[in-house]
Amino acid sequence: MPKILYRGIWAILVSAYISTSCQNPKNQNIELAENEAISYNFHIRPILSDKCFACHGPDANKREADLRLDTEEGAFAALKDSPGKFALVAGDFEQSEVYHRIVSTDPAELMPPPESNLSLTPKEIELIKAWIKQGAKYEPHWSFVKAQKPALPQKTDWATNEIDLFTLRKMEQVGLEPNPEAQPHELIKRASLDLTGLPPSPEILDKFADLASSNSYEKLLDGLLADPAFGEKLAILWLDISRYSDSYGYQDDNIRTQWPYRDWLIHAFNKNLPYDEFITWQLAGDLMPDPTKEQILATAFNRNHKYTEEGGVIHEEYRVEYVLDKTNTFSKGVLGITMECAQCHDHKYDPISQKEYFQMYAFFNNSLEKGFEGDVSVSKPSKTPILWVEKEDLSGILKFVNHKDTTRLSVSVMGELEGEAKRTTYILDRGAYDSPTIPVEASTPTSILSFPENVEKNRLGLAKWVTNRDNPLTARVFVNLIWQEIFGKGIVKSAGDFGMQGDLPSHPELLDWLAVDFMENGWDIKRLLKQILSSSTYKQSAAINNKHLEIDPDNVYLARASRLRLPAENIQDLVWASSGILRQKLGGPSVKPYQPAGIWESASSGRGVLATYIQDKGDDLYRRGIYNFIKLTVPPPKAIIFDSSNRDRCEIGRGRTNTPLQALVMMNDPMILEASRVLAGNLLDKHKDGEKSIEMAFKRILCREMSSKEKSILTGYYKDQLNRFTQNPDQIKPTLQVGEYPLEEKTIKAETAALMQVIVSMYNLEETITKS
Amino acid sequence: MEKEILEQGLNLNRRKFLSRLSLGVGSAALGSLLIPDLFKGGSPSEAAIMDALPHFAPKAKRVIYLFQNGAPSQLETFDYKPLLNKNIGQELPDSIRGGQRLTGMTAGQTSFPLVGSYFPFQQYGESRAWISSLFPHTSKVVDDICIIKSMHTEAINHDPALTFFQTGAQVGNRPSMGSWLSYGLGSENSNLPAFCVLLSRGKGNGQGVYSKLWSNGFLDATHQGVQFSNSEDPVLYLKDPKSMNRDERRKMLDQIASMNDLSYREFNDPQISAKVQQYEMAFRMQTAVPEMTDVSKEPDSVIKMYGPDCLVPGTYAANCLLARKLSESGVRFVQLYHQGWDTHDNLPNQMVGQAKDVDQASAALISDLKQRGLLDETLVIWGGEFGRTNYCQGKILPENYGRDHHPRAFSIWMAGGGVKSGMVYGETDEFGYNIVENPVHVHDFQATILNLMGIDHERLIYKHLGRRYRLTDVSGKVINDIIA
Repeated sequence: MPKILYRGIWAILVSAYISTSCQNPKNQNIELAENEAISYNFHIRPILSDKCFACHGPDANKREADLRLDTEEGAFAALKDSPGKFALVAGDFEQSEVYHRIVSTDPAELMPPPESNLSLTPKEIELIKAWIKQGAKYEPHWSFVKAQKPALPQKTDWATNEIDLFTLRKMEQVGLEPNPEAQPHELIKRASLDLTGLPPSPEILDKFADLASSNSYEKLLDGLLADPAFGEKLAILWLDISRYSDSYGYQDDNIRTQWPYRDWLIHAFNKNLPYDEFITWQLAGDLMPDPTKEQILATAFNRNHKYTEEGGVIHEEYRVEYVLDKTNTFSKGVLGITMECAQCHDHKYDPISQKEYFQMYAFFNNSLEKGFEGDVSVSKPSKTPILWVEKEDLSGILKFVNHKDTTRLSVSVMGELEGEAKRTTYILDRGAYDSPTIPVEASTPTSILSFPENVEKNRLGLAKWVTNRDNPLTARVFVNLIWQEIFGKGIVKSAGDFGMQGDLPSHPELLDWLAVDFMENGWDIKRLLKQILSSSTYKQSAAINNKHLEIDPDNVYLARASRLRLPAENIQDLVWASSGILRQKLGGPSVKPYQPAGIWESASSGRGVLATYIQDKGDDLYRRGIYNFIKLTVPPPKAIIFDSSNRDRCEIGRGRTNTPLQALVMMNDPMILEASRVLAGNLLDKHKDGEKSIEMAFKRILCREMSSKEKSILTGYYKDQLNRFTQNPDQIKPTLQVGEYPLEEKTIKAETAALMQVIVSMYNLEETITKS
Repeated sequence: MEKEILEQGLNLNRRKFLSRLSLGVGSAALGSLLIPDLFKGGSPSEAAIMDALPHFAPKAKRVIYLFQNGAPSQLETFDYKPLLNKNIGQELPDSIRGGQRLTGMTAGQTSFPLVGSYFPFQQYGESRAWISSLFPHTSKVVDDICIIKSMHTEAINHDPALTFFQTGAQVGNRPSMGSWLSYGLGSENSNLPAFCVLLSRGKGNGQGVYSKLWSNGFLDATHQGVQFSNSEDPVLYLKDPKSMNRDERRKMLDQIASMNDLSYREFNDPQISAKVQQYEMAFRMQTAVPEMTDVSKEPDSVIKMYGPDCLVPGTYAANCLLARKLSESGVRFVQLYHQGWDTHDNLPNQMVGQAKDVDQASAALISDLKQRGLLDETLVIWGGEFGRTNYCQGKILPENYGRDHHPRAFSIWMAGGGVKSGMVYGETDEFGYNIVENPVHVHDFQATILNLMGIDHERLIYKHLGRRYRLTDVSGKVINDIIA
């Protein structure tokens, strides 16, 4: 669309959003100022989409009275059922049937109709009235318009980089000012957790203690970005999106070998593969000219979904299910649009027809994959088509695959039917595998970006389309995902839904600036992260004041750092790392750590090699959380208790709950107890002194020095416990004997047991597992 | 993520809050594991949904769902079809099959010989309902239950059929029925989760159950089903380590709370206070749950009623007794699964064992609830994920036959909680293959359960990624005929 018009839209959008969203971004609580400009995108469309489009929107089959309110043409056309009347008359609400219907007291006339269980609030009605008065202007959906770099707000002293110019302007508009910069130790812990998922060691804390010029914050960031743990941290995000697991799912849920794909992810993030290539390889590595095995391995992205091994299934039913899953994962994870509604009918909210859905589906429908390859009794670790990882690959192109065995590996990847064998894709009526209707060709939704003429109509073409600089979604969606990783919440809160029902961006101009800047700089992921972490916005303290709670309890405007509980994997990382037991090695087959007895066994068909849980031994017990074995039908219980994705489907963003079950884990998990025991033994061995050991443990676990108050509480508890164990020596060994890490005879004493209790309580502090 | 807002909705003076805790009254009813006051402070639309609940006076307050996993045959339980015995070995007429799709297990079969139940049927109670000889105890409570012979489903394989019953969709990461009720109605007990899950396994051909089935899906994780296991830890991580007694645990939690308090003073983050409160509930659960799972104080008359197996943890009978205790204590939804009903072959043998596992305890649960005056407010459901074919899978032998999956007609029963008692609802044709009267779709069944709990199934919704979801997906009608 013309550039001038586009700029004009943003101007309205931005001012409109600010004026309405001080306290609550939802449009219900709007106090309308006299003559305030109403924006279709920010004020009206959310109401129409939520309350009207289900019957007067894109879905032609469900459209009532042949009235369409999601397009300007439809809304201003003469009403078919009421000759001479119009749904909307620009500037004249009295002549607009829409207005009469939403204020009607006659249940037969009222819109939305009472039986829909939907209703408009008085404020929503006011907004619609005011919008009509102002001319009822429509605007294209913001995220379907190509992003362009907006002009930068005025420079200020506070700002370190461009991000801050946008956030500061927003803060000022809502009456907030930025928090002071966090303490160096807070920043070091925060950046460390964000970039590597690991807590900083006492040595790092000391080295960067004053963030003086020779050991500057920038050097800290560079060091963290270069740490191989970086890939392990970022890969978790993509494992959720690519619904990675170590089993096939469905009832027998046998083992599969997709972990080389996980190793590739870590490798790709560590070598900073540009995001456009990262996506292209995963979507279509096998279709690239002379593809390398690494590029083919990346296509396992499309094969991580569930596979049934239930005897008696109808093969085509499941083959179709797999293609649907690939389509939905691509649209949600990469495009940020939930398209699956259009699987059964034209999308009710977004301008995506059922035909367009199956055109997208067609890209994935020519895989060599089968619906069923036999039941669990003949189960293999991968399914057709397969990539064989040979011994020479492991020392060559696939060196990053951590496979110590001499056997070759097989991974489920993509492979395409050729020529005559190619399938015709049909629209499936109501999405049912056995109800094909009209044949369609592979293509993409025109409302997002038309599919270019000169590009191949296969997955490689799809990759070119999605990484095209004109694609309005790809960069915005990814930049937003990274923002969500760091700040806990995306600029668009519904990170997986940039469609009409999704949330509006809190900082639309910042999002666009970041997205364009990201593309202009070669889709460089590490650069993006460094840019965000370098900002003054990021570096603020997390202290909350009353003004924050009053104006912005949810921290939409970022006038402070958010305090965020760590994801499940990083809690494990923190515990093992701070206790000094973490076994750091990249990749390899997934591991089976401690798990309460009977979980797999009680919920199992009894068939397949995963019917019983066989816990690993030795070093494999002390790996990072990313390597924990994920059996789909019985996901690791701790991970689920701490809000991890169950990996059943593509998921974007995790919840962050706070429950008593989490408290029970932190209190009684053998991991916490063992880590505490080992750390207690080692510290006492080294320092020979309880108080000094408490100080050191605190620094390792909380990543800072103790305050004097804290010291007095903890040493008081230590003395109490020392007394307890001295008086009850029979309790010492049973207390210490937890976990498989060797228990040295010399550590079996009251001091160790007492210090262990103090350390367990440190692990149970809210601050310990919070990024703050 | 809404949770953060919710926590911040806790606009309580911290001191008051902490003192409430120490008095042990910080435990006002919890929505599953969550504090309802916080919950109501959610987004306006969500708060409006929650405020409207219940939509009308509930007949049932709690549900106990005895899921018979693997799909018990309706033809050996409640759907008496003498024609199948008369015509044993004859082909299923095409006119009856009517193009019904077959599973991969019998799709290759060239012959579909009818086979009737090897177990005789008799009529019982005032309702004169037919029940097979495999269920002598159930026969005795027949006037307390409502048998539905006209259930039907869309799925033909176990995993999607189970998922369909539990979540209203065959695939997809949607919340389980218990999670929906936890979300909608919360818990009646501050020390126990609103949604508890108990597993047992019979000797018959097993089909897996999986924690995915009691998943909260896109709802807050506080609504996930909490699995009670028969190991020494009835709830995961519940048990304190060796030599940690209650006093020591209390002491440690006090240390933690005073340290957290220092942190609160620095950051002023309501999350920190909420964390302290969750530790307090964990502490209370550590006492409440073991008391719950301990059946040693149950009188002999109760033990006798459920049968000796009820003293063996992890059996179906023990789980039925535990279900009664949980439900009595206010747990909103207790979900049992008993595996082993997948009788593709060796049906007569397997049915005997499976029925023996469940018959006495299921009937005892009804009688026990009734004698406590709880049956009226507790809905009990017994049934599997689909039915079984009226023709034999494999060969018919004098002592042996098998049945494949059959989604088109099967039987379940419901009792208490506002359901008509002594009723038989729905009818199948004389082949037991098609429904001829009053079909009940899975979504109708779900809509009816919600209705009994005081919920309009079209109004218990959750908006996720732009779409409003509900348990009954886009269909379902309440079966008013079976509501008392």
